[in-house]
Amino acid sequence: MEKVKQKDLILYSGLIILGLAAPYLFSAFKVQLTYLCVLIVLAMTWNLQGGEMGYNTFGNILFYGLGMYLTASVQVGMFFPLAEWTESGGEKTFVHTTTQYFQGIGVGLLVAAIIPTIIAGAIGYAILGLRGHYFAICTLGLGIAAGEIAGGIEIIGAGQGFTTPPFPAEIVDAEARGKFFYFLSFALLVGTFVFVKYIYGSRFRLILNAIRDNEDKAEAMGIQTMKYKIVGWMCSAFFCGLAGGIMGGLIGYIDSTDVAFDGREMGVFMVLMAILGGKGTLWGPVIGATLFHFFKEGLWTLILGWQYVALGVLIVVIVVYFPEGLMGWLREKYPERFGEVIDEKDRKAQVELK
Amino acid sequence: MDFLIFKAPMLMVQASLDGILLGILFALIAYGMALQWGVMNIINIAQGDLVILGGYIAYTIYLWGIHPAWGVIISPIIMFFVGWGLYKLVINKVVDRDLFISILATFGIAIVFQQLMNFIFGADVVVAQSEYGTTMLFDNSVTLPNSKIFSAFISVLYAVALVIYMKKSRLGRAIRATAQNARAAKILGVDTEKVYAATFGINAALCGIAGALISITLTLHPYVGLPYTVRSFMIVIVAGLGNLPAVAVSGMGLGLFEEFADYILGTEFRIGAVFLLLVLILVYRRFKLSKKREYLK
Repeated sequence: MEKVKQKDLILYSGLIILGLAAPYLFSAFKVQLTYLCVLIVLAMTWNLQGGEMGYNTFGNILFYGLGMYLTASVQVGMFFPLAEWTESGGEKTFVHTTTQYFQGIGVGLLVAAIIPTIIAGAIGYAILGLRGHYFAICTLGLGIAAGEIAGGIEIIGAGQGFTTPPFPAEIVDAEARGKFFYFLSFALLVGTFVFVKYIYGSRFRLILNAIRDNEDKAEAMGIQTMKYKIVGWMCSAFFCGLAGGIMGGLIGYIDSTDVAFDGREMGVFMVLMAILGGKGTLWGPVIGATLFHFFKEGLWTLILGWQYVALGVLIVVIVVYFPEGLMGWLREKYPERFGEVIDEKDRKAQVELK
Repeated sequence: MDFLIFKAPMLMVQASLDGILLGILFALIAYGMALQWGVMNIINIAQGDLVILGGYIAYTIYLWGIHPAWGVIISPIIMFFVGWGLYKLVINKVVDRDLFISILATFGIAIVFQQLMNFIFGADVVVAQSEYGTTMLFDNSVTLPNSKIFSAFISVLYAVALVIYMKKSRLGRAIRATAQNARAAKILGVDTEKVYAATFGINAALCGIAGALISITLTLHPYVGLPYTVRSFMIVIVAGLGNLPAVAVSGMGLGLFEEFADYILGTEFRIGAVFLLLVLILVYRRFKLSKKREYLK
């Protein structure tokens, strides 16, 4: 890590300053920015499986949803009886004090990071033994089964949903809630990025790529592929669980199939964003998620009601005509420039030069 | 958890009969999936949504005042062209590619279909009344809607007709040849592009029949397609591609499992149980296969 190039240093410090200043610069868009951070985290962690390891999972939504339910449950359950909280639905007889709220969410996020990681490790041996499309369909089933089952469990609200604790009323600053969740998600984003970047420079990534390119040969070379596959999935589960926990607090309401185990939206978004940006690259998912989020926020309101049609068409178009993604396209176009700083401005400058 | 079923043996008869009749219907959808999976090597996530679309076609003619049972003739004809069009528009571009590409692309198609059906037919749960009445068995303790018997009968009829068609007709032989070896078939003068389009059309037509039957026996809703996809996928992987008797048996097995899960776990866990069963079957299959590999070590 000492040999960070000067150009990179400027880029990273610029991005961090931009990230820290963003809630003040675009103070009306804090919720959208929080979403963006979470989306990038989800896309980057999906990329570890789908892009690097070649295991196209629909199941990372499982960890996201678990994290969401766990954070909220711990946050409530630490101080009040959970069953009474969810039974009363919208009307709250219990109120968290400020300290209780932050203690609760802190412990909740910790649990939301650890339990999904353990679950990924526990089911990893069974699930990751599947290959190719069997793995994809199995994880799809896993995500949906989790949603359906969560929708039948009384203590976490069943079909009527689970209202997460409201932000403490004692904090008068109206901006505080947005800022709190933004900085939380931004910290998660930075953590994820540093971690993924570390993986990109390590032997671990090479092993994952070997598994993607030819698993049997990798095994024949003496790599214990199963061990690395499980560890890779556990890494993703860790960050997905945290992302889910933050999202649960931000949205304020958890529904089993529409918010938590939302395979139809989040579960597809993370795949789509990673493919749009370019699978198997460090910056691809980041750029893909950003583009996708801008597209979504810009267009969704214009085509209200038709957004799912647009989403479906977008999936088909991206997958059929653009499977290599933006980074793949760039790699084809400017092979000699590849591996250096890649962002849109740079690309445009290059186009102008030519 | 409700163990009423073990206390009342008649409920068990009821669940078994329901399950078997339902399972025959699932087997018909699975047959379509096995056909296009075997021939084109594509996993169609939109399978269930094609079924629901077929159901809505039958429901529409029911609204026009025609008896919904005619849907089993009209719906497959329309669905054949829907399938053909879908092939020409999207599927032909993913045939030779990675399977995951086809999964994602058909996932996109599924979302589009769901939403369009939601616009056109509304988000209400609908059912077409066949008014066939019910059959009472065992001293009125088991009730069996005649529409379910009708649907099982029609499913078997169409399945048998299709098997004969695949064996005897020119197109059927071309489809089987393409499934065996697409390149060799091409060399021998089979227009594989046309065969693929026809296969996808036939698959969609089968979905149309199943949908029309579902519209009179069960209920329709724009967003319930995915469970049908998963059911047919499950049946196909248990039975294997191209093994038709096994498809029928595992279809009935799945129907039985679902009805019993419904009684034992409760209706709210029914769909969850189906998806969980999928995971369990795949995991079981993985351990069975990994045992075979072990002798290489």
